[in-house]
Amino acid sequence: MLTRRIIPCLDVKDNSVVKGVRFRNHEIVGSIIDLAIKYNNEGADELVFYDIGASTYDGVVSKEWVKAIAEKINIPFCVAGGIKSVEQAKVILNSGADKVSVNSPAIERPELIHELANEFGSQCVVVGIDSLMIEDDYIVYSKTGDENTATNTSIKTIDWIEKVQELGAGEIVLNCMDRDGVRDGYDIYQLNKMISISNIPVIASGGAGSMKDFKNVLTQTNSSGALAASVFHKNLFNINDLKIYLKKESLNIR
Amino acid sequence: MIIGIIDCGGANLNSIYYSFKRLGINTVISNSKNELSGLDAYVLPGVGSANAVMQCLKDKSLIDFIKNITKPVLGICIGMQIMYEYSEEGDTQCLGIIDGKIKKFKSDKSLTVPQMGWNKLLCNDDLKSLNGHYYYANSFYTDSTDSAMGYTEYGVNYTSLVKKNNFIGCQFHPEKSSVSGEKFLQYFLTTA
Repeated sequence: MLTRRIIPCLDVKDNSVVKGVRFRNHEIVGSIIDLAIKYNNEGADELVFYDIGASTYDGVVSKEWVKAIAEKINIPFCVAGGIKSVEQAKVILNSGADKVSVNSPAIERPELIHELANEFGSQCVVVGIDSLMIEDDYIVYSKTGDENTATNTSIKTIDWIEKVQELGAGEIVLNCMDRDGVRDGYDIYQLNKMISISNIPVIASGGAGSMKDFKNVLTQTNSSGALAASVFHKNLFNINDLKIYLKKESLNIR
Repeated sequence: MIIGIIDCGGANLNSIYYSFKRLGINTVISNSKNELSGLDAYVLPGVGSANAVMQCLKDKSLIDFIKNITKPVLGICIGMQIMYEYSEEGDTQCLGIIDGKIKKFKSDKSLTVPQMGWNKLLCNDDLKSLNGHYYYANSFYTDSTDSAMGYTEYGVNYTSLVKKNNFIGCQFHPEKSSVSGEKFLQYFLTTA
């Protein structure tokens, strides 16, 4: 049986790890490599690095820190941020990342997902989706790295999830935006709704504040894993203790 | 000892290079027969697709070279899959070192495909020290039990570790499997 994954997410901006509340007011929380090593040693199942400035400022993640991470850690990691082409993804993957995650560029040009899956295989292609309830429906937002650029795409989240699967995505990270950074629990309702239409793994993101929140999302949804940032960055608890707790709660955890 | 990492176009070469480097082992990454000849062991990495990897091996005239290697060869993920006769992925004729074929997992709501994450490897008695959790990222698997040494459960119980003569294949990624992965690579080195 596949274990459920605990995935720290490191939002990277200007070469530091940052964390904001509801995608705003970013504060620096530490160095990329130091935090990557810390989480690796604590038993994280995987890491996600989001270069949250890349999409909004038209940049692309530099491959040097990707190489530095690959050299130091021996668990899988995914890199996201401004990846618009097969060539850019190739640089990231060849530097040692296991997956690339695409978000805003895939909304602008959905074929990107197909091109990436075709070249590298679906297992390398994650689609990050920032989703927010607007008037009774979940809607996809793009360019959420900066509050000035965040855009309502008018695409229903449910439609986008169907579409990215057709195009060959291998995994979805569903960021429930109104839970981001507020630490009052994952959006169980939205996650169940979206997981019910997915044949590919869905990672829950947004809202982790306590160990119980992880237990709730892993017992009340079929998410493949739970992603979190601030609870780990702020040392509310460490991953090893979290995993001991989840195992005691009879969850299948590595 | 020098290990040849056979560059068949897929990504992840650096991860394998770093994982051996952490163990203090020198590696050569190449797709040239000349550069690869005479090394102590080989790794056939695999990220991408079976057809892309086989096409690359064909283009670089590496197919017979690989089949004729007498030193230990470790195929990882698609590197393992192409050791079999045939893969459904892209309708691909493979190396045929191990009997059997590669099939796609049947996905449904209870079985998401790709298999993505950490799963348990259960080995035959003589390798049971390798039992543990490893990282998997695959949509295809083999239903063959030829030379099977270890199994993983994902919808079906399938061969995830195979050893035929000097050829070892693992469906998981030891280079990404933390402590258990390191232990597995050390086991591979003991066969070299």
